Amino acid sequence: MPRPAAVRAPAVVRFDNLTLGYNRHPAVHHLRGEVAAGSLLAVVGPNGAGKSTLLKGIAGELRPLQGRIELHGVHRRQIAYLTQQATLDISFPIIVHDFVAMGLWREMGAFAGLNRARRQRIAQAIDDVGLSGLETRPIGSLSGGQLQRALFARVMLQDAPLVLLDEPYGAIDAASVRDLAALVRQWHTQGRTVIAVLHDLEHVRQEYPETLLLAREVIARGDTAGVLSDTNLEHVRAIVEGRGDDPHAAVCRSDREGA
Amino acid sequence: MSEMLSSLPLLSPFIEFGFMRRALAGCLALSLGATPVGVFLMLRRMSLAGDAMSHAILPGAAVGYLIAGLSLPAMTFGGLVAGLAVAVLAGGVARNTVIKEDASLATFYLLSLSAGVLIISLRGSSVDLLHVLFGSVLALDDAALLLLAGFASLSVVALALGLRLFALEACDPLFLARISRLAPVAHYGFMVLLVLNLVAGFHALGTLMAVGIMILPAAAARLWVCNLGPLLLIAVVIAFGGSLIGLLLSYYANLPAGPAIVLTLGGAYLLSLAIGPLGPLASRWRSNWHFER
Repeated sequence: MPRPAAVRAPAVVRFDNLTLGYNRHPAVHHLRGEVAAGSLLAVVGPNGAGKSTLLKGIAGELRPLQGRIELHGVHRRQIAYLTQQATLDISFPIIVHDFVAMGLWREMGAFAGLNRARRQRIAQAIDDVGLSGLETRPIGSLSGGQLQRALFARVMLQDAPLVLLDEPYGAIDAASVRDLAALVRQWHTQGRTVIAVLHDLEHVRQEYPETLLLAREVIARGDTAGVLSDTNLEHVRAIVEGRGDDPHAAVCRSDREGA
Repeated sequence: MSEMLSSLPLLSPFIEFGFMRRALAGCLALSLGATPVGVFLMLRRMSLAGDAMSHAILPGAAVGYLIAGLSLPAMTFGGLVAGLAVAVLAGGVARNTVIKEDASLATFYLLSLSAGVLIISLRGSSVDLLHVLFGSVLALDDAALLLLAGFASLSVVALALGLRLFALEACDPLFLARISRLAPVAHYGFMVLLVLNLVAGFHALGTLMAVGIMILPAAAARLWVCNLGPLLLIAVVIAFGGSLIGLLLSYYANLPAGPAIVLTLGGAYLLSLAIGPLGPLASRWRSNWHFER
């Protein structure tokens, strides 16, 4: 089956003294640096650390309060962005096949037809996420995990140089996480830049070479093992507790469970 | 041959009377034009917004009436302008302020409605204005029929061209906004289609019931299928079938035609609730999809 072995242009994201926020209240401060082409970067941090805000900024849906975000090798509309709460209306009368096919919009626009090659790619994407046999099901009849798989299939067809995932494994079972994580690894080997907001530190340690630890500002970034050191996590916890927003907030799920 | 046909009770009114044929043709135009727009209204969860918009065209039609009397072009033009103005203003406020779309539309349609009533009262109430409120499906003249057919054709072509766009916008608007710059085109384009069809509908069914032929067939059809294409087709068939039965009812039972049509469509909806495969009764018997696999 033909599959893009590598993306045409690698995507780079550069932060130039970036401050993002809502209604003039900053949520992420003074971010500098760059996400290199082909990175597989995890963004972790406590609730309210500005992780989702950062993705929103990269996707161009939030104008920086200060500084700027530069995208190289990718246009804003080429970004595949999977948000925490799916924005779609699951009661909409559309079947899995047609829903996944939406990922081809940039390529097909409003008028182009589904030729054989495109049909094959849709079938392949559905198969890759393990939804074969459910092509003609209405999306409203899918379980949470199946719907997330369908969303991943749509992301695959978008063939994006830059993929943003905001807590993609929020409410799905372990088997689905395993399957979808394998897809993320595949995107990485294809040279796509992937930035994922995640909570499960064990998962991050296993799957993500690079991590950005965020608590309204960058606490640490770089090699995952180094970033997720006890010292750094303790530092974040102190920030959270010191601010008093939520004194019981664990830094992340596995952190709480592991304690 | 025609004598034989005219002896059939279901056909004879349409064969014998020109006004019945015109009414049926008008209903066919509305079924083809307005009903698919109604399907999208329903899918966008804007069924009540459609109702609000239908009131929003009133002041425009009233101004047209004030200036030119019961003139088809003047009232049509006025209605279009008022409807589009409310659609654009309400959409703009909803997109750029903390006011949400429903509240935004409500504010403008209330302003619009009260302005309409005020303008009407300037000229003194008239029996003619019953035409605006309740339509006159049995008194469609050539000009009105041409207008209905023209708007319906425009609407069908626009919907056919933009079907994928409108479907994507209704299903996952944020996704569309992210990947394409056509999102505002989809939004405002749809509003234009809505206003066009409401103005067409108010000539036949009046501002109060024009939404009936949009929403009722759409809701009824939704209880039968889970896919957009068949949904549109079934809704159109229900709309035309309901209009036909409604016209016959009004002829034989001597009822006002507009309400007879809308009530028949309402009957089709209730029937679909009772026996449609996605209705509440059938859902109880159907095995759950999740466990089928």
